[in-house]
Parts: sequence; C-alpha cells; structure tokens
Amino acid sequence: MLSSLRTGVQGLWRISSRSIQTTASRQHDSLFVHRDTPEDNPSIPFEFSQANQKRVEALLAIYPEGHKRGAMIPLLDLAQRQSGGWLPISAMHKVAEILNLPKMRVYEVATFYTMFIRRPIGKYHVQVCTTTPCWLRGSDAILNAIKQETNCEVGGNSACGKFSVSEVECLGACVNAPMIQVNDDYYEDLSVEDTKEIISKLKKDEKPKPGPRSGRFASEPLGGLTSLTEEPTGPGFGVQDALKA
Amino acid sequence: MAGALTRVIQGTKPHLGIIGPLAINVNNVPVRFQQTQAPSKDKYGPLADSDRVFTNLYGRHEWRLKGALARGDWYLTKEILLKGTDWIVNEMKTSGLRGRGGAGFPTGMKWSFMNKPSDGRPKYLVVNADEGEPGTCKDREIMRHDPHKLVEGCLIAGRAMGAQAAYIYIRGEFYNEASNLQVAIAEAYQAGLIGKNSCGSGYDFDIFVHRGAGAYICGEETALIESIEGKQGKPRLKPPFPADVGLFGCPTTVNNVETIAVAPTICRRGGKWFASFGRQRNSGTKLFNISGHVNTPCTVEEEMSIPLKELIERHAGGVTGGWDNLLAIIPGGSSTPLIPKNVCETVLMDFDGLVAAQTSLGTAAIIVMDKSTDIVKAIARLIMFYKHESCGQCTPCREGVSWMNKIIYRFVDGNASPKEIDMLWEISKQIEGHTICALGDGAAWPVQGLIRHFRPELERRMQEYSAAHGPSKAERLY
Repeated sequence: MLSSLRTGVQGLWRISSRSIQTTASRQHDSLFVHRDTPEDNPSIPFEFSQANQKRVEALLAIYPEGHKRGAMIPLLDLAQRQSGGWLPISAMHKVAEILNLPKMRVYEVATFYTMFIRRPIGKYHVQVCTTTPCWLRGSDAILNAIKQETNCEVGGNSACGKFSVSEVECLGACVNAPMIQVNDDYYEDLSVEDTKEIISKLKKDEKPKPGPRSGRFASEPLGGLTSLTEEPTGPGFGVQDALKA
Repeated sequence: MAGALTRVIQGTKPHLGIIGPLAINVNNVPVRFQQTQAPSKDKYGPLADSDRVFTNLYGRHEWRLKGALARGDWYLTKEILLKGTDWIVNEMKTSGLRGRGGAGFPTGMKWSFMNKPSDGRPKYLVVNADEGEPGTCKDREIMRHDPHKLVEGCLIAGRAMGAQAAYIYIRGEFYNEASNLQVAIAEAYQAGLIGKNSCGSGYDFDIFVHRGAGAYICGEETALIESIEGKQGKPRLKPPFPADVGLFGCPTTVNNVETIAVAPTICRRGGKWFASFGRQRNSGTKLFNISGHVNTPCTVEEEMSIPLKELIERHAGGVTGGWDNLLAIIPGGSSTPLIPKNVCETVLMDFDGLVAAQTSLGTAAIIVMDKSTDIVKAIARLIMFYKHESCGQCTPCREGVSWMNKIIYRFVDGNASPKEIDMLWEISKQIEGHTICALGDGAAWPVQGLIRHFRPELERRMQEYSAAHGPSKAERLY
C-alpha cells in the first residue's frame, strides 16, 4: 500500500519535473516571422539601381527558360548588397515580382539560408567561426576579444551602429584557424592582438589586409614547404601515348 | 560542405538504392571496383612533386589563364574531347578514381550512368563546391589558386556525359573564391576554350557559377539541386536519382570540385598513372587538410593510403607537444567517428583502411586533438553544428539532433546519469538511417565514436560531478 503510494508520487514527480520539449525552430538564432518596424516594412519602396538592373538581367540569363526561379538566391543576395548588408521585406517583394512568384516562395528561401539577414545590421558584419577546428585553436578568445572591442553582443549591433557580431558555423578555412569573416573577406590565423588590430582599423574605416596573419600566404605549412618545392612541370609533361598520336 | 553528406556507409541502406550494394565491407570479399591491376606496393607516400596534380595549391604562381597554360592546363584538351565519351569514361574507370566529396563512389561508373539513350532532355553537370564540412577546406584552394583545372575538368566531364552546361554551386561565404573562378571562366570563354565549339572540337558547352547563401545541407546533392532551382535546400527522396530526374527535371550528375579538377590530368597522363598510387580500390592522390592541434596546420596533396602518422609528422610538423600528447583524431571531416591514439599509430589514410578502423575517409579532413582537449566539448560543438544545420524536413534528425545536443552538453559537465550514455547511443542509432539524406547519419556518428572510445571519460565526469554536487537530476530521474 505504502510502496504503491510511493511509486505513484514518484511517477507524478517524474512527469512534472521534466522540462517542456521545444522544437528546433523555437531555439533558432533569428526570428522566422517578419515584424513591421520603421526601418523595415512593406511600404518602403525598393528598386534595383541602374547598375544592378544589368546584373539582374545577367543573372536571369544563366537559367533556362521556365526555370528563372533559379535566380532567386543570386537576386536576393544582390538586393541585400544594395540595401547595405541586410534584406528588407520590400526587397523580397521586388524579387518576387521579378521572378513572377508568390511572395511566400521568396520568404521561404530568405528564412532558410543563414546569409540572408532580415534585420538592419552594422556596416561591418563580423562573423566568428566557432566550430570545432577553430575552437580547438582558440576561437573563444577571439570571440571575446571581438565582443569587448566592438562592445557588441553576439547576434546584436554595436551602439555606434558600425558593427554586428555573429557566431557562425564552419566557414571552410579550417587549416587557417581561428578565423573571422568581415563582410566578404576572410581574416585567418588570428591571435587576440591581430583581432584587436583588425577591429581598431575597421573603427577608423580603414581596410585591414585580408588573409592569414601568421606570415604565410595561404594554406601551406608555416616555416617551410614540405611539398611543391620544385618548379611546376610544363605542358606535355608525362602525357600518355594514346594522346600523342 | 563538400558532399560529405552523400556518404556510403558501412553496411547497406536499402533506401540508398544503387549505392547500397556497393558499400564496402572489408571483412568480406572486397566489392568489385573497376580498375586494372595496380602494381602491388607496400609503401605509400611521400609523393614526388612531379606527380602532384595541383601544382599551384599554395598560390605561389599565377592562377590566371597564362599561368595555367604554363603549368600544362588546357594542353591537348581538344584531342581529349575528340577521343569521345567512351574513351574518357574508360580512362576514369581505369584510374579507379572514387568521388572526393565523401561518399567515395567510383567516378567512372557515375559518369557512365549518364550515357543512356537520350530522350531529348538536356543533361547537366553540377559541381558541388558547397564546402562546409568542419575541417574541410580543400576545394577553396583549388578554386582560388587553380580555377582553370576545375573549368577544364567541367568541360571534359561534360563531354563524357554529353552535358550541355555545368553549374558550379559555390558556397556563398566564398566570395573571393567565386570571383577568381568567375574570372577564370570569363578567360576561358574569351580564349574559345569553352562556349560554342569549345577548344575547336565542335562541342558546345557552358559553365555557370551559382553562389549559395549559407546552408551546409546544400552540400547534399539533391538539396543542392533544389537550391539551384531557387528553393529551400531540402533533400529530395531518392529514387528517382539525379541521373534520371535532377536539375530542372533533367538528367544530372553532381560531382565534387576535387573529383572534377583531377579529371583533365588523369586523361592527359592516363588512368594507369593515377591508379599507380595508393592501394587497390583506393587509388590516386588526394588533398588532405590537417587542422587542429598540430604545429603547422596545412593543406597538402599526398598519395592515398599514406599512414596517418607519417602524414601528420611529415607535413603538419607533428602533434603539438609530440606524438605522445595525441588524444584522438577525426580523420575525415566532422561527420566521421573519431579514432583514439592507438588506432592512429597504424591506420592508413584511405577508404578501406579507415572503414576497418570503424570510421571513414570522408573528405580527408583531419582534425587533430591533443591531450589538452576537452573531447566531450569538442564533439558537443559538432553536434551543435548539426543541430544548427539540420534542414528540419525529417523528424528523427530535426528532433533527435536537438535532443543529442541537450544531452551531450550536460555530459560536458558530467551533469547526467551513466544510463544516459546508452540512451544517447540509442538516440543516435534511431537517427542513423532513418532520414532522407545522410546529415542525420553524419550527426550520429561523432556521438557514436565518442561513446565507443571515450566511455570511461564520460563516466568519470559524471562521478566527479555527483561527488561535488550530489547526484545529478538525471540520476534521480532514471
């Protein structure tokens, strides 16, 4: 009798002490839905600039007739570049109009891909890679240095409006870890000092030199090549007999 | 990511269709791969400089057309094209080249699927340059320092499958790499190497660059196709395979950048030359990325089947603090299970050697971790990556990876019950093989590798935690 009561109570406690399970979308790092704000609402007009109009045509020409929708991602990217690094809802509407698609089809794409940013961001979008290969080589210290120097939290904008900081997944420069991406450029092989220098240059609107900071040119081993020390072979080297005839 | 998602896994997966029966099982009779008899060798690597395919890997020479011509690219391309489809496919089969994006599917066979009788639809070649698998950065070096190898490869591969155009899907973050590639394509058009009557061979071929927008899942071939079509990058069910219904509903082949970029050199120097490197069924040369706790992290081209230890000591300056300071290595990009030090001593870096060590070659991205590493945190960070990158289409992956992420982050502090280790194992087994694409598998394997080799470490943390804080909540519950 007593033991059954105990199991019952335990069972109840067991149910009640579980946390509520939420789906992945609830934990996502950006909001999926659009909220009208003074900076971003459908009544702000958006037009592609003259130069970009030409680019739009060139992009559309890549895709076969009847599949012009393929140009969606390039067009959204173009619109984002024109709008200063983020994608207003009116730009999405413009793309939908160009591609002759329901707006929903554009929203779907714009929310799926992480490079489309649907909130106003700073002039310099600092993206810090913190995935394992970078983390092993000290990306945490780099991230902290950036947060400190820009006075900006991850996923937010700095008070001066110049910086936005994001923590991103692998950027594909793992042998040059740790690394950050500022707008389109990679800064690799960073130390905390290098990071501070990059941020201070950006504060003065100077362009820091992209690429590795450790003194190497690209992804070769630092301090002496272990391969490709000879001059590359020229045309015709080692060509098989079947082709020579 | 570099197609590592389309991975051939150990054992067969019925819904992978044609890939299934080809899965490699080293314990049984080796599965047939088309290759001529390679001379038997027992020592692999180092590779001589004259045998390297990517002679401008480090960007020390001119990457534009002039430099490419001086290094022997675009040499006798017309003759190769005129040899025709069967000859090119046969050279690829002879070379024994297996896809470099992770799955290791024989390239010659893949191309031959495209040569069915035409039904009037155009055919497409799609190059997967959506490199994003943590640890992998080989395609980036090709695209920014040797883009003409890729452009020429597209032409030859396109000819081999009768494609009318190639789309190169490059990840959006690689802006500078995409512009180098675009310059190379423009140069090739201007020189008449591609476009109408490419190289004067009478064959018309176009190459387009399509930049992605930041989604690891688009490295999966069908997700990549969806993405080029301007949709969300959500993988399609197979069959129909892309070779039947692919890009814009037409027959399509998706290949990794490295696979395509080595094709011209194979055709020029002969499949037999390529097959002379590495063990049988694992032939060729390969780009290896060595990152993490090594003295000089680098990308290097080496012979397949080179011992892992030699590769690290020769090119990456050894593990920081010496070989004895090694804890574990992830040998093929984030989705492959890790291997502890005693396995690393002897393992050979090729498809069969790593499958025998219960892991996989993947994209040959070696992540080295020394004894200072919090190994649980390292794997937990990978699971967070997969949680972030899951497209949300299949429930086991969407929900399961989130669960794994929650559980494994508790393991980092030890705030968990030892029974949960088995629970985590079971979740990973429930994800594996129950999703449309292989992202779920890729998320499950690192966890399985961790449990397989570091269970005592997990248990030790839990004991420490309960000694310091009393039994964890999970321990009271389960």
